[in-house]
Order: sequence, then structure tokens, then C-alpha cells
Amino acid sequence: MIQDWRDLLQVLLNGVMAGSILMLPAIGFNCIFAVLRYPNFAVAGYATVGAFAGWIANTQWGLPAGFALLVAFLAAGAIGLLAEETALKPLRPSGALTVAIASVALTLLLENIVRFFFGNDLRGYDLPVFRDWRFDGVRVNPQQLSNAIYAAIAASALFALLAFTRLGRAMRAVADNPQLADIKGVDPERIARVAVFIGAGLAGFGGMLIGLDTSIDPLTGFRVVLSVFAAAVVGGLGSIPGAALGAMVVGLGEEMAGVLLEPAYRTVTAFLAILLVLTIRPEGLLGRRG
Amino acid sequence: MEAYIIAMLVFAGFYALMALGLNVIWGLAGMVNLGLVGFFGLGAYATALLTKNLAWPMPLGWAAGALVAAAAGALMAVIVARLRGDYLAIVTLGFAEVIRLVASNEVWLTNGTDGISGIPGPWRGEVSPQTFNLIFLALVWSAVGVVFVLLARASHSPFGRVLRAIREDEDVAAVAGKPVLWFKVRAFALGAAVVGFSGALYAHYNAYIAPDGFAPLLTIYIVLALTAGGVGSMRGAVVGALLVVLLLEGTRFIAQEIPGVSPVQKAALRESIIALSLILLLRFRPQGLIPERTRTRSSP
Repeated sequence: MIQDWRDLLQVLLNGVMAGSILMLPAIGFNCIFAVLRYPNFAVAGYATVGAFAGWIANTQWGLPAGFALLVAFLAAGAIGLLAEETALKPLRPSGALTVAIASVALTLLLENIVRFFFGNDLRGYDLPVFRDWRFDGVRVNPQQLSNAIYAAIAASALFALLAFTRLGRAMRAVADNPQLADIKGVDPERIARVAVFIGAGLAGFGGMLIGLDTSIDPLTGFRVVLSVFAAAVVGGLGSIPGAALGAMVVGLGEEMAGVLLEPAYRTVTAFLAILLVLTIRPEGLLGRRG
Repeated sequence: MEAYIIAMLVFAGFYALMALGLNVIWGLAGMVNLGLVGFFGLGAYATALLTKNLAWPMPLGWAAGALVAAAAGALMAVIVARLRGDYLAIVTLGFAEVIRLVASNEVWLTNGTDGISGIPGPWRGEVSPQTFNLIFLALVWSAVGVVFVLLARASHSPFGRVLRAIREDEDVAAVAGKPVLWFKVRAFALGAAVVGFSGALYAHYNAYIAPDGFAPLLTIYIVLALTAGGVGSMRGAVVGALLVVLLLEGTRFIAQEIPGVSPVQKAALRESIIALSLILLLRFRPQGLIPERTRTRSSP
């Protein structure tokens, strides 16, 4: 329970840590939504794929966590692009909902492919074990801190890409107005592929961060999917800064609910956050109306 | 083998009821519902608690299961009916997870992950298990029959026509003076009630329910059943449910024939086949085997 400012600070700190882990899958989800305008539930599957790709890189090839995260990003991005092109893209003419339903099936498929090869056992990464640092009663777990830093680096890289490069400008243009971007000579197909690769890749990166924090199994991605949607909806569907902000809000909210209610109800908090935002401000904190 | 076939047909009946319920919500009113298993679970828990702890008679328990699910559905529809379909997909999916979490954690009420056992069944214990299965088979398929007739009538009634109009174009329906929100809420509640009823029957058949039994996988089965049968078609919903059970059980036998595969791998293979069939169906035969028949077919 919260007794003095140290406890409050601890909760805030834990909330930011939790939020930074949710941030990347949420950004990935919104990145795909911004360009293709459908909710891609397969981010859960991509997160699991990334977590296992990172696990192979880390424990089988002996790469340190930082490089393994890069492998997780590339593997999930590649699988995401492949799945999009073969399974989801042909469904786009049938409407956003058809694609959304197919993406749920896709998550199930990816999960079971992972399950086929790795089984249901929990697996951990090879990590140096650190003791918690203590600052005047506030605990900081070095692993969680480094996860938050990795997440911040990945998010900053995406923001830099969107803000400063030609490709980033083109992506924002397509997200803003696909027809206009098309007229101006931006190939929407290419931008869609880039968005899916980055979105799925970030989901995979985030999936491995979840694994670094705890352990992984085929349901790793699915377990956080509700919190990830909550972050995306709270921030505003399709808004990338919104996803980052939404993840922090949801992370803090879940952490506080974990203290005030029962830890098991963290996910329920995420669901309530979705309902609250949809009732009061459906476009989300940073989203556009419409 | 005979007992096995009867058990599978009973399950096909549960799936057919759920697919019929989904068809009202998704097929007629055009609102996606990826939280079916949540309503199914609500119905199951409602009747299990009422009949076992408070000794309500079973038919009242079934009605209660349907009512609780309908109330949850109506509430959800009120909250999300004005929003676009993609939000509805997220909210319903989340709803089902919340139901599962609550069922896992409110131990005082639901006995947590251990589940509730010893749920009464019609004449269970008084007749041989085989007779019990047969009784239940008759019960569940009579329920399918009654629900089918009622929903098929509703679907061709003015109510059903308005729902289709809302599905095709909400604004036009509103301009024609139809209270769109009210129709959506009723459709959602009706569909959820049927799904909850199916859950209630399931609880009494199985005698045991636990949160694990209400995983999102079941929702996928039903979406697959309705897609295979034909979205919007009540006959399609029933045929689709039978097909899904056939596919599920067929893959069980095929998986047994593959040598050198562990049980976990077999389960993974079967679930992969289900997921893949849904993706392929959506692509190659989105209208299903028995497409919806309406007097004015809009171009697909």
C-alpha cells in the first residue's frame, strides 16, 4: 500500500517501466493502422515471433541482449511482411473488418507454429543477474531500466525516421491522405510494406523486451495484447506519439490498479481504460477525429 | 465410438447455437463480435452458480444464463454502437479476456482456475451415461431447432430487414426514421442471449467449467463456422457448425497418423489448420457455402 512519497515514487517508476515495454507493440499497431486503416491483431503473434527469434539469437548463438533485440526486430518484421503479403493483403478489398478477423486467425497460426517447434515450456534468456539498486528506499531493477532504455532508443529511432527522412515524410503523407500522396508520386504499396515491416518489427522488439523482463512461451504476445490495444486506443488509433503516451498512461494505470486492487486485475484496468476513452473521447488523447 | 460421435454432435449443437447468435449480431446487424466466448462463459457461470449453489431448477438457470449474457451484450452495444467496427473488434475481444480474468481470480464466487464441478445435468446419475448423452443430444438439437426457427423468422421480419439496412448503410436507415442505436442494442442483446444460452447448456452437459474452457480459440471456431456456412444465413450457421466439428475431429485422426509428433505438436497442428482454414475461406469463399439470400442482393 502507498504510505509515503517513496511508495508513490516506486509505483510511478514501475508504471513507466511497464509502459515502456507496452510502448513498442502499441506503436507498431498504430503504425500499421495509420497507413492501412485496420486493427492488426497479429501484433500479438509478431511479438511472440520476435521474442523467440531473440531467444535463439541470445541463447543459441550467444549474442548479447542488445544484438538479440535487433534480430527480434528483423525476424518479426520479415515474418510480418511475409504474412501481410500472402495472407492479409488479398483481403483488403473485403474491408477492414475482414482483415481484422483474419489477423486474429493469423496470430493463432503464428502462435501454433512457434508452439510446434518450441512447445509450451517457459524459456528464459541468458542474462547477467543484477541485484536491485536501492535509492533511499526506492528499488530499481537494472534489467528493467535497461529494457526501458532499449525501448526509448527504438522509439526515438522511429521518430527520427518519421521526422527527418524522405521515407518518413512519405509515410506521414500516406497516413494523412492516401489519395493525395498517391497523386504526389508516393507509392502507397511501398509505404504500406515499410509500415508493416516496421510495425511488426517493433512488436517483435517489444515481445522480446517482455521476455527479458520475465520469460517467454507461445502466449507471450497474446497475454499483453489487451494492454497494447488499450495503449493504442487511449493514445488515439493511428497516432504514433499517441501510442507512446497511451502506453505510459496504461502502464501507470495498471501499476496503480495493481497496488490498489489485485495485481491480477491489471489487464482489467486496461479494458476499463479503453471503455472510458471510447465513451469520453473516442479519438484518443492525440488522435484525430474521424 | 458411438458415444464419441454422440458427444461430438452435442458439441456441434453448442457451436450451432453460438453461430446462430453470432449471425444475428454480425450477419444481420453487421457488428463484429470477437468476444463470443465471454458471453458463452457468462451464461455457463450464471447457470452453474444458480443451479448448484442456490438449487434453482435447470430451465430457470438456462434462462438466467441467457439473460445475463443479454444484459452484458446490451450494455456493450450501448457503449460501442456509435463507434466504428474496428473499435468494436477491440472492445469485444477485450471483454472476453476480462470475463476470463474475473473467473480466474474471484475465487469466492467461481472457485478460480480450479473451476466449478458437480454441476447438475438432466437425469444425470439416474440413467446410464449413454442415455444421458442421448437425452442431451435431443435437448441441445431441439434447442437449435427452436432457436433456428425463431431467428429465421426474425431475420425475415421487419426487425431483420431493418438490421440488414443498418448493416448496409447506417445513415440511410437513420434517414428512413429507424432508431439505429435501439436496433443495434436489441440485436446485440438477442445474439448474446443465444450465445449465453449455449454456454448454459454446455455447463450442464460438461458438469464442470473452468476459465480455461473459455479461451479465445472458441470464438475463432465460431467465426470460422459462420464464415464457412455463410454470414447472414441462419442455415449456413448450423451447417458451418457441423463442418467445424467435422474439421476439428477429422484433424484429430489425421494428427494421430503422423508418426514422431508429440501431443503438444499435434494440438499445435490442429489449431494451425483451423486458423489457416479461416484465412483461406475469407479469401476464396467469403460468402460461405450457403450464401445469404435476400430479395435484393447487393453486389458482393
